[in-house]
Amino acid sequence: MLELKNIRKSYRMGANILQVLKGIDLHIGKGELVSIMGSSGSGKSTLLNVIGILDVPDSGTYTLDGIAIDHLTETRSAELRSKYIGFVFQSFNLISFKNAMENVALPLYYQGVPRKKRNEQALAMLANVGIKEWAHHMPNELSGGQKQRVAIARALVSSPKIILADEPTGALDSATSVEVMDLLKRVNRDLGLTVVIVTHEHDVAAATQRIIRLKDGLIESSTTNPGPVHGEGHKPSVADVRP
Amino acid sequence: MFDRAFWEEIWMALSRRKLRSFLTMFGVGWGIFMLVVMLGMGNGLSNAVLGGFEGFATNSCFVWTMPTTKPYAGFQRGRRFRFDNEDIGLIRDNVRGISVCSPQLQLGGWQGGNNVSYGNKIGAFSIYGSEPEVIQVESIRLPQGRFLNTMDLKDERKVAVIGQKVVDQLFDKVDPMGKYIKINGVYFQVIGISQKKSSAEMGDNPDAKIYVPFTTFQKAFNSLNEVHWFSIIAEPGEDVARIEKDIKALMARKHKVDPTDENAFGSWNMQDMYGKMSGLFLAISGLSWSVGLLTLIAGAIGIGNIMLVNIKERTKEIGIRRSIGATPRDITKQIVAEALSLTFIAGYFGLLAGVGVLEGTRAVAGDGDFFKNPGVDIKVALVAFAVLIVSGLLAGLLPARRALAIKAVDALRAE
Repeated sequence: MLELKNIRKSYRMGANILQVLKGIDLHIGKGELVSIMGSSGSGKSTLLNVIGILDVPDSGTYTLDGIAIDHLTETRSAELRSKYIGFVFQSFNLISFKNAMENVALPLYYQGVPRKKRNEQALAMLANVGIKEWAHHMPNELSGGQKQRVAIARALVSSPKIILADEPTGALDSATSVEVMDLLKRVNRDLGLTVVIVTHEHDVAAATQRIIRLKDGLIESSTTNPGPVHGEGHKPSVADVRP
Repeated sequence: MFDRAFWEEIWMALSRRKLRSFLTMFGVGWGIFMLVVMLGMGNGLSNAVLGGFEGFATNSCFVWTMPTTKPYAGFQRGRRFRFDNEDIGLIRDNVRGISVCSPQLQLGGWQGGNNVSYGNKIGAFSIYGSEPEVIQVESIRLPQGRFLNTMDLKDERKVAVIGQKVVDQLFDKVDPMGKYIKINGVYFQVIGISQKKSSAEMGDNPDAKIYVPFTTFQKAFNSLNEVHWFSIIAEPGEDVARIEKDIKALMARKHKVDPTDENAFGSWNMQDMYGKMSGLFLAISGLSWSVGLLTLIAGAIGIGNIMLVNIKERTKEIGIRRSIGATPRDITKQIVAEALSLTFIAGYFGLLAGVGVLEGTRAVAGDGDFFKNPGVDIKVALVAFAVLIVSGLLAGLLPARRALAIKAVDALRAE
């Protein structure tokens, strides 16, 4: 599904240049449920942003579903994001002045889906994630778990191929975290989507099929999760790529 | 593309900051309001004052004599002299481009005593000794009777055309036609009633004038072989100022006045006056345009500023939108549409308010001597609106560019 080769990325912090990614080689197969772990500053969020075409690496090649992600115009990037990728953020990133349904429908708006149709799809997706009755509530009327469900529904509504979740449970209590993870797992299993989760929580990582550990901008290890995930039958993991 | 949701987005963005949106719009609305009101009021002044020239031959002038200010040909300065009957023919024969050269005499007038009576009623009026052509110069019409004719002059008839004010003052519910009024002890029969055509008054109030034949005037009021002034109308296309000069030069030679004595002749040039007035109103209009447009631009800059603040505040929101598939075009479209909506709504209400004020003024004071039918024509409104739209477009495009200069990933991180 996606292939990264020798990805490097640095940021200029005043006079210093901060090398965040120091040559990442990574392959994530279609339908995989992968977690990326690492301490803060290890570059995991930057890696996720590169994968999500929100950030451009300094060097290296990135191929997404056979498409070389290189020197894209902002418009083309937006199109690819719209078509391939759904984002889930730690802070939910819902638009505060739109209700749940409108938030979910927004990606479809930018795809030019007619209003009635996109609202139908948004409602269906909210039903799918189990909060249909909250469709007309504003984000500030929702609990953290509900907000994250809305965010997941929004990520899913445009039928992407990959879900990228940046600390999706970072702002949630443990019980809600489990619910959200179950939802992401279900997305992976039932819809067959590739799901990449950045986290520093071991519980969350344990629920995925493969754990990629980042340290100081390099992949330290990539291990296939041995145990059955929460006792449920899980797909056999796709062959992983050693760094 | 521009479906309901698009406008909902705009409405949400603007209505979330109602006070700010309102104040911003106020700037632009005020600009267009000022432009419309100033232009409209300027038009009102111009309509009234230039309209005052209506009825006057704008290619006319008057020339009269004054005491000399330079000694010449043995005469001392300060000599008083008068035009005489000979001058009439002299001017007609020697000055090019004259259509009408009408000698005039006057009695009474400015602060004069009572000089006219009918029965036991008396009044003070200006008596003009005129030729029939003078009606082409004066701004009068005759609702009743006739004006002087050549027979009146030839026979030196004692007939008079009296102004409406004379009628009102001397004839109470009596038809003045055919009645005899006494002017300085001489009886004249009323043959016509004159009314002023326009509001502007060149000299005496036209309604307080009495016209009698030039020849009769000379004999009746002891001014044989005298001409007080000439009323001149130029032929079409002729320069009145040049005619004025030629007449003065001719008369200077004839009456032995120093040709360089500027003050020996008085003159009044309608064309000159009209030109000055037209220039004045052009200047007023230009001033209105510049002040109005600058105010408008200041308002538009205000909108641009507010849009900059808006997008700064909404950096994160824009980041979210971009992460879920909004293209730069989508973002630009939204910001520009917001700015345009602000300017458009503001402009609309400003225009409405401006026109409202003009209409109100028209209703209250729309038909005075100095103010008449204020208003702007549709072309002006359209130009103002075009300026508005262009500035609104700029006020949106520049902030939109700024918004897109921030990378999506940085925008998302913004708090």
